[in-house]
Amino acid sequence: MKRVAAISFPSKGVAGKTGVWRIRKPILDRQKCVKCLICWIYCPEGTILRKEDDSIEIDYEYCKGCGVCANECPARAIMMVEE
Amino acid sequence: MIRVLTGNHSVAYAALLSNVEVISAYPITPQTQIVEKLAEFVETGQLKAKYVRVESEHSAMAVCIGASSAGARTFTATSSHGLLYMSEMVYWASAARLPIVMPVVCRTLGPPWNIWNEHTDFLLVRDYGWVQFFAESNQELLDTVVQAYRIAEDERVLLPVMVGLDAFTLSHISEPVDVPEMDLVKKFLPPRSNIPYVLDPSKPFTFGNLAYPSHHMALKFMHHTSMENVIKVVSEVDNEWNKIFGRSYGILDKFMFDDARVVILTIGSSAGDAKEAAKYLRKRGVDAGVLRLRLTNPFPAKEISNILSNVEAVAVVDRNLSPGNGGIILEKVRSSLYSSKNRPFIKGYLAGLGGKDITVKDYVKIFEKTLESYKKGDSGTEWFNLNLEVTNL
Amino acid sequence: MIYEIRFHGRGGQGAVTAAELLVKAAVTEGKWGQSFPFFGAERRGAPVTAYARISEEKHFIHSPITEPNIVVVLDKKILDVVDVTDGLKEDGTLIINSSRSFPKESLKKFRTCIVDATKIAVSLGLSVAGWVIVNTAMLGAIIKAVPIVTIESVMNAIRNNWSGRIGAINAEAARRAYEEASFL
Repeated sequence: MKRVAAISFPSKGVAGKTGVWRIRKPILDRQKCVKCLICWIYCPEGTILRKEDDSIEIDYEYCKGCGVCANECPARAIMMVEE
Repeated sequence: MIRVLTGNHSVAYAALLSNVEVISAYPITPQTQIVEKLAEFVETGQLKAKYVRVESEHSAMAVCIGASSAGARTFTATSSHGLLYMSEMVYWASAARLPIVMPVVCRTLGPPWNIWNEHTDFLLVRDYGWVQFFAESNQELLDTVVQAYRIAEDERVLLPVMVGLDAFTLSHISEPVDVPEMDLVKKFLPPRSNIPYVLDPSKPFTFGNLAYPSHHMALKFMHHTSMENVIKVVSEVDNEWNKIFGRSYGILDKFMFDDARVVILTIGSSAGDAKEAAKYLRKRGVDAGVLRLRLTNPFPAKEISNILSNVEAVAVVDRNLSPGNGGIILEKVRSSLYSSKNRPFIKGYLAGLGGKDITVKDYVKIFEKTLESYKKGDSGTEWFNLNLEVTNL
Repeated sequence: MIYEIRFHGRGGQGAVTAAELLVKAAVTEGKWGQSFPFFGAERRGAPVTAYARISEEKHFIHSPITEPNIVVVLDKKILDVVDVTDGLKEDGTLIINSSRSFPKESLKKFRTCIVDATKIAVSLGLSVAGWVIVNTAMLGAIIKAVPIVTIESVMNAIRNNWSGRIGAINAEAARRAYEEASFL
């Protein structure tokens, strides 16, 4: 396919491994997590990964450390810690 | 006082020194820092101006038209899509003969979305009846914006003035700039007079009302002849600036030009890189020179035609594109030379579109290619450093 | 001789300010200089570059720096994601904020100078919103490695940029780094 105008396709990590942008990282306390998935909805970068049992995992390769998940978590199960 | 200023802040200092009375603008990258700095000057009381916030560039120019009609010294700045969005009012401002000054940080038009340097935006409004300058350095930028008010408000001109500067390669580069003393600038640029008339509620009259064709044509003739006065007024104002501040730029900036056999003709900050290339080639026995257009509208056709008659080969480097026609400046240069007896060989280059760098090494290549093409008689336009592979998926 | 310097840092660390301060220092010595950021989006935390070009005489160049003779790394984490030596001249100098003697084997072929700017900045309380501000300390290290301007001019430029205590501790950071920086 020859491009005649600018088009682009969705792909992972076009800006590189954005995990290096972090100065603080989110740490999940599984004991406290109530699987409400609010963090999964709020994460602006899609770096909260939803598993089959609705538990979550954080993709540190791309998480920029913005802290939105920690701020929104109603169970206070995510803490931001210095890198 | 020598300060280290970006191009954008040089513009803001120039507006401060010009004691502008009304500012209205809408932010757009890479222009935003100009109006941010001016907002700071107003906020801190350094500049006694009214800063009118608006929801678009169209409204920004509309505010400027109103304020300027009422006699205020008026300033706005924009870039790229902002200029195009504003364009209806841009035309109105010149036809209403209002001495507004507007720096334009020249940026590529999308799509594809792009924030980098290109001159197509600035040259698209060439026929809008504004006086247009294009600066090479931050010092020239500051000096030109102040001079622009003198030129715009001159009775023989009474037209708005646009000052072009390169996105990022001037707007965001910090350089030493001699910021003149306010008292000296005040002598050079007194407050705006009410010549020939300004809105006055005690003596009501209407601006821009319906006019019959014969009136319209007469007014267009006057706009056109005022534009013809610009070259003389620019020279006078530049000479006066030189007397007070010791810096002069002229209409055309000639570099190693007088005995040059091959010349690069271009505009903007990139002309500096062409100058360095000329210096390099001179050491190697090539009679290279640079001709930079400082005043781009009205196009100094007569001056260009006179000056290029002794040159053998000219490379016109356009950082703009009229699709299907090529470089806008090339077209103007060619037509300027039509009636000249000694026409030089001219080759066009389309270069640096979308902000692609044109380095000193690139200009050395352009000089060399031009000499080669001159020997071969190949005067076609070249897309310089074009890479078509990126369009293949 | 034109010094062409590239700074590598992360958005928010002050690489652009460092480049500008170096130019301000040069200008007070009657030299000519330019500084500029990487021309693009600015994103906090992302790897960024800033540039300075300093010479005895005025020049007309406005195009970007592609072959620097000095590279400054404000954050050694950058070394893992960016090739900081890209375009660096063979006889060029690298100045790295690091506590380790050899931050990376591949850098050995360049004249390399290290300084623990983070330690200096922390000891002086130089941090903003979780970021340790190392840019002024790095300026001291640059001057030690390559005497582009005097350390006094750098300290004056810093004090002119920020008045009072902030200017004083940043100038002190530059002075300490100037003393502590060492070649490998």
